[in-house]
Amino acid sequence: MSKLSDLAAANGLERVGKRPKLGNYLRDVFKRRAFAWTLSNYRLLASTARSRLGVAWLIVVPALQITVYGLIFGLVLGSARPDNFLPFLIVGVVLFQFLAGSFSDGARSITSNSALAKSLSFPRVLLPLSAMVSQWLKFSGLMVLALVFLPIFGEMPRWSWLMMFAVIGLASLFALGIAMISARLTVHFNDLSQLIPFITRIAFYASGVFFSVDRLTAGLPWLSFLEWANPVSVYLALARDVMITGHPAESWLWAVGAAWGVVTMVFGFFFFWSAEERYGRAG
Amino acid sequence: MLVRENQKAVVVVDNAKVTYRVYASGKAVQENVDSRVKRQGNLRTVEAVKGVSMVAYEGDVIGVIGTNGSGKTSLMKAISGLTPLDGGKIFASSRPSFLGVGAAMLKELSGEKNIILGGLAMGYSRSEIKEKLDEIIEFSGLREFIDLPMRTYSAGMSERLKFSIAASREHDILIIDEALAVGDSKFRKRSAERMKELAQNAGCVFLVSHSLKTILETCNRAIWLDNGVLKADGEAYEVCKAYADEVGADLDD
Repeated sequence: MSKLSDLAAANGLERVGKRPKLGNYLRDVFKRRAFAWTLSNYRLLASTARSRLGVAWLIVVPALQITVYGLIFGLVLGSARPDNFLPFLIVGVVLFQFLAGSFSDGARSITSNSALAKSLSFPRVLLPLSAMVSQWLKFSGLMVLALVFLPIFGEMPRWSWLMMFAVIGLASLFALGIAMISARLTVHFNDLSQLIPFITRIAFYASGVFFSVDRLTAGLPWLSFLEWANPVSVYLALARDVMITGHPAESWLWAVGAAWGVVTMVFGFFFFWSAEERYGRAG
Repeated sequence: MLVRENQKAVVVVDNAKVTYRVYASGKAVQENVDSRVKRQGNLRTVEAVKGVSMVAYEGDVIGVIGTNGSGKTSLMKAISGLTPLDGGKIFASSRPSFLGVGAAMLKELSGEKNIILGGLAMGYSRSEIKEKLDEIIEFSGLREFIDLPMRTYSAGMSERLKFSIAASREHDILIIDEALAVGDSKFRKRSAERMKELAQNAGCVFLVSHSLKTILETCNRAIWLDNGVLKADGEAYEVCKAYADEVGADLDD
């Protein structure tokens, strides 16, 4: 201990920038929840502020995507198409957008807000959290779109649709965990941001967004572990189970989905929080 | 100067070091042996603060002077905990607030929305920021433009808005970085008054400024940073005089 450290201790001073205790940290996050909410709202507004259609783009783009995927995969897959193809694809794309968006926005959340992080002190986890809130807002818009189009393609509303709240709850735990992990990784390795589109693409093809994972594993039984080992396909299976006919999921998948969600979220939080002091230098 | 008896220390800086690692391509104009910029492939390390020690006591208003790039802002950001240290330690009685220009803003959004966002990040509740909103707009003097997106603001206007947001709150330990250089003379006068008020209520104030006149008017003490090292620390007039003599500046400027 140097003389100055002794002086600081004698005067009861605290080290600046020290990571607060977990309880205080969480309390501070809760206190500033309005900030996370407002930041995500404003960012969504800002992202489309200069275009004529404004926030409508947030729905138009995925609608176009579904149309294009529907046409392309519908033609390419031919008779290999899963039953009830369009509702299958709509649910898949909407939920996949949510998970992929959490990953990519989460990864950018610290670096793209670095000016904010450098000039104000607040719990940094609010940034990936706010990226998550944006994804919820986008998702609810898409869900409205899905609820309009599912009946048109022959899926009548039914009570089990309410179970979608449970699915999205579990998927959100997982997505928030991923957002926090990718946020910290991007701070350490900015190069990750270049890889994100590829990782997302691979996940898109490997998770059964436009085909059924069953079909893949039926021919190759040793791949059947993918049913539970890939969290994205777990959440897609659960969502299709509650939303559309002809694609029931095994009930143990609920437990798998919950486990993936809780583990990813808890690990992600501690992974993010343990580098709290470093984020001021990001970007 | 370093240790004073019978006075409560509020900020203790113990051998603080700040180093930046920056990826840069291209060749340096010349290799300089004692340059603070060290090269290793494309990675350059910049030693912005090279081991500074000092103690600030309750009631101190400390002017921070030095040429551009001497490490003033890096040291101040480290004191406020925004920039992590690479060596040494900094202690404070409470989290120092950094009141600087260049705070974060979303350029596509209106000035008003930026005030709300900045206020929430500083810890105001939703109702508090609604109450303060009018006062902040009034202080900034930008009422006419408050609903325009900030990308349409001039540099001076956006700095004014940022300062107005930050200055709306009381702070225990306050670090003011170059804020007086902001805006036109009318706004400068208003912000100088507001800073004096803030300083009176705060336990300790650091004021970074290139205006020696401002330092002499507001500060009882000054520190001089040169090349990342503390070159002088003492009574405001003496430090400013020594600085002015060396760089050929004017004390009335």
